[in-house]
Amino acid sequence: MSGTTEATLAEICIVALAEAFRGDGEVLCNPMGPVPVIAGRLARATFEPDLMLTDTIAYAIEGNLPLGGDPSDAVVESYMPFRTIFDQVWSGKRHVVMGAPQIDRYGNQNFAAIGDDYRKPKAQLLGMRGAPGNLINHATTYWIPTQARSFVESVDVVSGPGNDTIASLPEATGRFHEIRRVVTDLGAYDFETSDGTMRVRSLHPGVTLEQAQEASAFELTVTGEVPESRLPTDEERHLIREVFDPNGVRNGEFR
Amino acid sequence: MADKRMTEDEVVAELESGMTIGIGGWGSRRKPMSLVRAILRSDLTDLHIVSYGGPDVGILTAAGKCRKVTYGFVSLDSIPLEPHFRAVRQGGLLPDFMELDEGAFYLGLMAAAHRVPFYPTRAGLGSAMLSENPELRTVTSPYGDGEELVAIPAFDMDAVLLHMNRADEKGNGQFLGPDLYFDDLFAMAGAKTYMSAEKIIPTEDFLREGPAHTLKIPRTHVDGVVEAPMGAHFTECPPDYGRDEAFQRQYAATAKDPEAWAQFRADWLELESHEAYRAKLEERGQA
Repeated sequence: MSGTTEATLAEICIVALAEAFRGDGEVLCNPMGPVPVIAGRLARATFEPDLMLTDTIAYAIEGNLPLGGDPSDAVVESYMPFRTIFDQVWSGKRHVVMGAPQIDRYGNQNFAAIGDDYRKPKAQLLGMRGAPGNLINHATTYWIPTQARSFVESVDVVSGPGNDTIASLPEATGRFHEIRRVVTDLGAYDFETSDGTMRVRSLHPGVTLEQAQEASAFELTVTGEVPESRLPTDEERHLIREVFDPNGVRNGEFR
Repeated sequence: MADKRMTEDEVVAELESGMTIGIGGWGSRRKPMSLVRAILRSDLTDLHIVSYGGPDVGILTAAGKCRKVTYGFVSLDSIPLEPHFRAVRQGGLLPDFMELDEGAFYLGLMAAAHRVPFYPTRAGLGSAMLSENPELRTVTSPYGDGEELVAIPAFDMDAVLLHMNRADEKGNGQFLGPDLYFDDLFAMAGAKTYMSAEKIIPTEDFLREGPAHTLKIPRTHVDGVVEAPMGAHFTECPPDYGRDEAFQRQYAATAKDPEAWAQFRADWLELESHEAYRAKLEERGQA
């Protein structure tokens, strides 16, 4: 075993994100950004074959399209313009991966704007985009390339509501809410806790619990032994390097 | 049958300061840019723009034309954050805005198109979309479940501007690209709807261009048609043309520098007509 030398950080993150889709079955897997897109395609090509994936334009496609590959080479299995995507969100058959410039202990996420004054923010980011509707309708996973910057004590604006926010609302409101996973440059996290707080699910090879805690403004919940994030299998490594991302776009997300 | 053909300036002459104006397309995709530039060079002001925002919102807010924008996002797609809009927001230069979930935005269009006061959704519950927009209200389901939902208000719009690939002179519109976005709902929601198109063609030629389900804008909802080849430039308008990324980068770069922005406006955005703009693009080797 040559351990971590056999996988880069980006590849370990891709596998950890792919794992978030395990058990999803026949849903629309809708990852945003290169690392999540590779992860979704990898999950379908290996252990989650029934996932539906889009070409990120307007079609659901079959097969193993590389990042930036020509979608006209792919087999189209369904038409997914934006209106259908929203209908799909509300129908619930979807699992999205979004970014989170800020996320707190309960999974409240902000990618709308940074600063104390939402009316005059220090930095206008994406806006609400699909976060409010996604969170309250179906499973959501977050991809965070720099944990130390994003794990904050409290978010400036809630675009995607977290577990404590949902718990304060009537039960019917939150019945489809699920933050499945948070994957960062240091580890994978989930919310499989009784109080809805973020739990360390696994740490990437070489990362200690102290380092992960150091890179978080809130206390990480730990239950029992924390395993190491798994490495890609030979097949997964081949698919990532040769099929989905031959140009190494995945490495550009860490800054 | 009425011939609804107009020029960009004739459309703008129908608009008034203070109006709520919807703009079709999505981000930096199939935006009616020749109409947006006609607004820019007019003396219209105090506008409320309703849009899946792209450079339409960036240009009109940076030029101080807007009192309010209703949006789900403002993006140039290949440049995720619209830099002119960011500068306006961060400078506190936009008097009012309503930032919504992008799916909830669809419901506001649909409510207006269907002439009902609102459509209900779960989107927004627990998020700042509700807490930061105190004018948004919730409703309680009248059925046994009693669930509380957000009532997305109808986006009543005085005028709507769209760009299509093809149109006939009667006002039927055809999209030939991968996505209609929400332009049919925009068309139905506008008290008046003005549609530019790459090409105005005889009605009998529509089905030579694309299958019947591309004919999504019916003339019952269109008041004026503008023939504007390259009318969506620099946003994309497939299959007629893709996004002019070099031009878009040039536009985006001017957000940092007021002088460069003034120069860019003078050089490109405030030319006296769309014909002059196209002629200049041709000189540049773009058209």
